[in-house]
Amino acid sequence: MHELSIVTSIVETVTETLAAYPGTRVLEVRLRVGALASVIPESLEFCYGIASEGTPLVGSRLVVNLLPVVVHCAPCGQDVELEGVQSFRCPRCGEPCSDMRQGRELEIDSIEIEDGEGKQ
Amino acid sequence: MWKKKQGETMTTRIVELRRGILKKNDELAAGLRASYAAAGVLVLNLVSSPGTGKTALLERTLKELKTRGLRVAALVGDLETDNDARRLASSGAPVRQINTHGICHLDAEMIGKHLDGWKGVSLGELDYLFIENVGNLVCPSSYDLGEKIRVVLLSVTEGEDKPLKYPTLFNSADAAVITKMDIAEPCGFDRELALKNINEIRPGIRIFETSAKTGAGMEEWLGYLAAERLILCDLNHPKCTPNPA
Repeated sequence: MHELSIVTSIVETVTETLAAYPGTRVLEVRLRVGALASVIPESLEFCYGIASEGTPLVGSRLVVNLLPVVVHCAPCGQDVELEGVQSFRCPRCGEPCSDMRQGRELEIDSIEIEDGEGKQ
Repeated sequence: MWKKKQGETMTTRIVELRRGILKKNDELAAGLRASYAAAGVLVLNLVSSPGTGKTALLERTLKELKTRGLRVAALVGDLETDNDARRLASSGAPVRQINTHGICHLDAEMIGKHLDGWKGVSLGELDYLFIENVGNLVCPSSYDLGEKIRVVLLSVTEGEDKPLKYPTLFNSADAAVITKMDIAEPCGFDRELALKNINEIRPGIRIFETSAKTGAGMEEWLGYLAAERLILCDLNHPKCTPNPA
């Protein structure tokens, strides 16, 4: 439901970044989104088309890299990846795990830009 | 680093950003968290779907804490109306309504603004500040308000599988309150299943079973609030030390 405000924030951040790269065009914006980030990739992509209109990001692709939840299992002594978000138990030993190491990320990883003037 | 894609004339490059999308909110929330700690006030963020009974629990909690001589206040979020604020004001505690006008959650900026301009209320003179979030089980999970404790509420009328349906919010909570326990039986509420589901999503979380109407479970809930405040004070504020110098 708050995807539009999230993509608006993405557009602002990338536009600010572009100030350091004059004469370039954005091809791709890559996100890292955890399984527990509360956002729906399809909604992000839909809103991105709207939010990027009239900005230097218009026409660029939004690529969402979904990250699974990773918890630390104390009995196993290691980080383990969960298959979904319906059960926070170690898939190896079955112990409940609340020590989360990955899954809430909501960040811009990188952008791919094209140089319009052929600078080296 | 520039790289030329083969067979193409354009030159492209990757620029690493590694930047949190909600960074602005996170920074504001960190500032709020620091000011709460400096003031020695325990701040709780109450989240649930609409109609779970956040306002009813809060109404009773504010009254009980005031009776015990504690200084409490509440910020209450809704899309429109100040109905909840007026209802909570009957407790005698200072209450301020935040209308989001369509936005589905509270954010740190809204909290900061409403704290700044709150006549007669200063954080340093409070023991507890409650924030009642907009009724929504999805979006509030992404927005840190600087709170010490995020409390998720689930009512007996909602279905025991709510935690499984909305794992992101339940997993982000520090405590859970099952509300409306007085009507658990006529609703056919499966208590064991609800407890199991909450624990499946957030292993080890403290769970309270309350009825704001009858007062059942309130003592345990209030005991938890008192204990949490004590931890906070011992760590953070001279006003809470038994024998201030």
